[in-house]
Amino acid sequence: MDWNFIIFSLVKLAIIVGVVQGLVAYSVLAERKISAWIQDRVGPNRCAPPFAKYIPILGPLLTRWGMFQPLADGLKFMFKEDFTPAGVKKIYFFLAPAVAVIPAMLTVAVIPFGSVMGSQKMVLADLNVGILYTFGIVSMGVYGIVLAGYAANSKYPFFGGIRSSAQMISYEISMGMSVIPVLLIVGNLNLSKIISWQADNGWLVMYAPIAFIIFMVSSFAETNRTPFDLPEAETELVGGYHTEYSSMKFALFFLAEYSNMVSSSAMMVTLFFGGWTLPFWGLDHPATSLAMGLAHIGVFMLKMLFFMVVFIWVRWMFPRFRYDQLMDLGWRTFLPLALVNILITALWLWMRS
Amino acid sequence: MAITVDRKPLTLWEKLYLPAIFGGIKVTTRHAWNTLFRGKVVTMEYPEQKWTVPEHYRGAPYLVKDQEGNTKCVSCQLCEFVCPPKAIRITPPGESGQKADRTNAEKMPAEFEINMLRCIYCGMCQEVCPEEAIFLQKDYSITGTNRADMIYNKEKLLSLGGEVGGIQKWKHKLEEAKAQENFPVKL
Repeated sequence: MDWNFIIFSLVKLAIIVGVVQGLVAYSVLAERKISAWIQDRVGPNRCAPPFAKYIPILGPLLTRWGMFQPLADGLKFMFKEDFTPAGVKKIYFFLAPAVAVIPAMLTVAVIPFGSVMGSQKMVLADLNVGILYTFGIVSMGVYGIVLAGYAANSKYPFFGGIRSSAQMISYEISMGMSVIPVLLIVGNLNLSKIISWQADNGWLVMYAPIAFIIFMVSSFAETNRTPFDLPEAETELVGGYHTEYSSMKFALFFLAEYSNMVSSSAMMVTLFFGGWTLPFWGLDHPATSLAMGLAHIGVFMLKMLFFMVVFIWVRWMFPRFRYDQLMDLGWRTFLPLALVNILITALWLWMRS
Repeated sequence: MAITVDRKPLTLWEKLYLPAIFGGIKVTTRHAWNTLFRGKVVTMEYPEQKWTVPEHYRGAPYLVKDQEGNTKCVSCQLCEFVCPPKAIRITPPGESGQKADRTNAEKMPAEFEINMLRCIYCGMCQEVCPEEAIFLQKDYSITGTNRADMIYNKEKLLSLGGEVGGIQKWKHKLEEAKAQENFPVKL
C-alpha cells in the first residue's frame, strides 16, 4: 500500500463526492427550470445573495437563471425542524435515510469518468467486476426505501415502501438481463474495458439498441422517477415513503434519488454511449496530455448531463403508470424481451465467430 | 345507475407506447420552445408586473382630499360606527381642538386610524360617509413588518388616498351663506 495511491484516491474521492453533490443540487434546479418551461412558466429567478446585485451583468443574469436557488434550498433543509413523529420505530427511522444515500453514492465509485490525467486513471476503483458491483449496490438502495416505509409506522409510507420494493425487485431483473448482451459482445465486466472496446468498435447502442431501451426504462423504474414513481405518488400516497420525514433526513432521500439519477445516467453513458470517448477529434484513445484528459472528463460530463435532462424531461412528459401496468410491463414485456435479446445476440455472435 | 363505458382496445401500434411517447415529446418540446424562445409565458412576474384591477375594485379604504386640497372628513364617526370589524378608530378634535382647515366645515378628525389587519374591505365606510371622504381604492398589497406598521394614521391615509373631487358641501354652505347676506331685504 503506497502513499501515492492513498493520497490520489482520497483526492479523487473528494472530487467525485463534491461533483456528484453539486450535480444533485443543480439537477434539482434543472428539474424546476425545465418543468417550468414545459408548463409555460419562468421558474426560480429571484433567489440571490445580497452581494449578487453589485456584480455587473453577471449577478443579475445568474439570479435570473436561478443559479443561487440550490443554496437557498440547501439552507432551507438545514434550518427546518428535524421532527421525529411519535410512534416511529426510532432506530430504523434514523437508519433509513443513510441506507438510502450510501448505495446511491457508492455506485459512482466504479464509473470511469475520464481516461487518464498524468499517470492517474480517472476512476476511483477500476474493478474487474464493475457491472456486477453496480448491480449489487443498486439493489441495496431498495432497503432504504423499505426501511423508511416500515419505520414511519404510518399507512401511506408503508404503501410506498411496499410498492417500491416490488417495483425495484421486478425491474432489477430486466435491468440485469438487459446488460447481458453488452457483456456477451464485449466479453468483459470491467467498465474501463467496455469503454475501450467501444472506442475501437463504435458505441454499443448501435449493437444492442433493445438492450439500451430496456436498460433506460428500467433505470427510470429503479430511480423511482416518473412514469414509474409509484413509491412517492403524491396524489395517492400523500408523499410516499418519506411522508413522515422532515428537514435533513428528507433531504437525504432527495439526495439519494438524484444521486441515483446521476449514477444511472453515468452507467448508461458508460455502457451504451462510449463513456468518455468521442469517435472524432482523436478523443477515442487514452489521453496523452493534461488538456486531453480534461477534455475526456468534459465529454463524459456532457453525455451524462444529456441523460440527466432526459430523466427530467420524461418526468413532465408522461403520466404515472398504474400499478398493474407497471408490473405487466416489467414482467411480461421487458423480461421476455431481454431474454430474447440475449438469445439473438448470442446466436449472432456464434454465427459470426 | 352505473354506466359502462366502452373502451376501445388498443391496437398493437398503440400498445408499444410509441405514439404516446412521440406525442409527449412533441407537446413538451413545443411548450418549452414557446416559453424559451418566443416568450409565451403565462405567468406574471408579480412585484414588477401587476394586474390592472377592475374599475370598481374594492381595495384598501383611504381618506381623500377634495379638488382644493382640503380634508373632506368632518369626523362624524359614522364609518367608525358602521365598521363591522371595528377597524376604524377616530379621535374627534374635542371642544377646544383644532378647527377644520376650511370655512363652513364643522370640524376635522384629530386622528383617524384604520387597522389594515382588521379591515375586511366591505366598503360600508364608503357607503355611509355623508361627505364622500373615504373611498375603497385599488391597493391590494398591504404589507408591513409588524402590527404597528399596519395601523394607518391620518397623514398616511390622506397621502395614499389622493384627491377625489365630487361634492363639496362646505362650499355650498358658503355660497348659501353669502346668498343669504346679499339677499335684498325689503323692509
